[in-house]
Amino acid sequence: MGLTIIKYNAGNIQSVLYALERIGVSAEVSDDPQQIIAADKVIFPGVGEASTAMNYLRDRKLDLLIRGLKQPVLGICLGMQLLCSHSEENDTDCLGIFAERVKKFVPDQTALKTPQIGWNTICGLKTRLFDAVPENSYCYFVHGYYADLGMHTIAETDYIKPYSAALNRDNFYGVQFHPEKSAETGSGILKNFLSL
Amino acid sequence: MLAKRIIPCLDIKDGRTVKGTHFVNLRDAGDPLELGAQYASEGADELVFLDITATVEKRKTLSELVRRIARQINIPFTVGGGISSVEDVQILLNSGADKISVNTSAFRNPGLIQELSREFGSQCIVLAIDAKKEEDGFWYVYLNGGRAKTEKLCVDWAREGVERGAGEILLTSMNHDGARKGFALDITRELSTSLPVPVIASGGGGRMEHFLEVFVQASADAALAAGIFHFGEIGIRDLKNYLSNNNIEIRIG
Repeated sequence: MGLTIIKYNAGNIQSVLYALERIGVSAEVSDDPQQIIAADKVIFPGVGEASTAMNYLRDRKLDLLIRGLKQPVLGICLGMQLLCSHSEENDTDCLGIFAERVKKFVPDQTALKTPQIGWNTICGLKTRLFDAVPENSYCYFVHGYYADLGMHTIAETDYIKPYSAALNRDNFYGVQFHPEKSAETGSGILKNFLSL
Repeated sequence: MLAKRIIPCLDIKDGRTVKGTHFVNLRDAGDPLELGAQYASEGADELVFLDITATVEKRKTLSELVRRIARQINIPFTVGGGISSVEDVQILLNSGADKISVNTSAFRNPGLIQELSREFGSQCIVLAIDAKKEEDGFWYVYLNGGRAKTEKLCVDWAREGVERGAGEILLTSMNHDGARKGFALDITRELSTSLPVPVIASGGGGRMEHFLEVFVQASADAALAAGIFHFGEIGIRDLKNYLSNNNIEIRIG
């Protein structure tokens, strides 16, 4: 029951827990399949490297478990990328919920730096995840890989080129930015997810 | 577009925010948690907390303060001061810090940067450099809060730090710090246009024009200041409106 955060080897879980605490929500942190399946909502966080994280999930059969979830699931940052089909980060096959592929930022002549670190705008906002979030709101990003634009894109950001800031398919949502660190905009998005 | 960042820095001594000039003459500037929360609500993009009394016995106190900050503050923050091992960083990140900064310890043991970036990722490792322009016209690295000169050039150390895995450079000009006559544009520009990671300019911001200068003329990715914010001489909201009105990409809200 309630909200469960998936515990694995690539979490920045403490910040997510504090952000939830600030909006008055408590969550369980667990890698127990029964508890994850029974949760009303699941958050799949992640800071780290894709292949290490996928191997960890496969070894514990959490990959199959996550794919089979029916309740609303929110992947954050690496969590979102792992829900995509494939990542260029160490040529990793991911969970395949979203058809979009994850690619490495390649700096161009505008001399942009990678990884992207800082506040950038999100636009083309779709689904209830972004209820009451104005177009071009700023969110906090830290990432060297990005998901392409595609059929599951529900928010776009431009860094070197436009890419998916958020994805959705059925009950699965993913955000590339860190809502837990994105001031009021981020709290609003977390609240929206919790009220799906 | 990625926004330029405004970063208030809180120097902490015995649990209080302090501010000095040229690294000395410390004055009390309030409760770090209260100040940090106020800056976040005024639109600061990030916060930096530097524990300038960091000693082994105080480390537990720092991690408790970090925990209190992380609970309350909804923007990213960096913690620095006396960090010299993977264990130190593990404790601070587990307490809720988003990034950590290393300075003297990394200079004395450059392998630390690799160790930390392998363990936690470059994105959370900030290399802080205190630099001073000498009469020969070159910028040298200083250690121990500006008290010890080295023979290493700032550009060389910054490049080495990035090659070893630092994800950002926090560059403080000792010539400019506390003087409020503007940032060190030359060295900031040199680092910012040659390194593949963000450069945070620090030291010398006294008027809003200085921030505009460091973004436009020196291509800084972020600008950091302390006293002018602590003593209310420049409001963060006013500064961001000013920069936005001058066509700098900046987060308002």
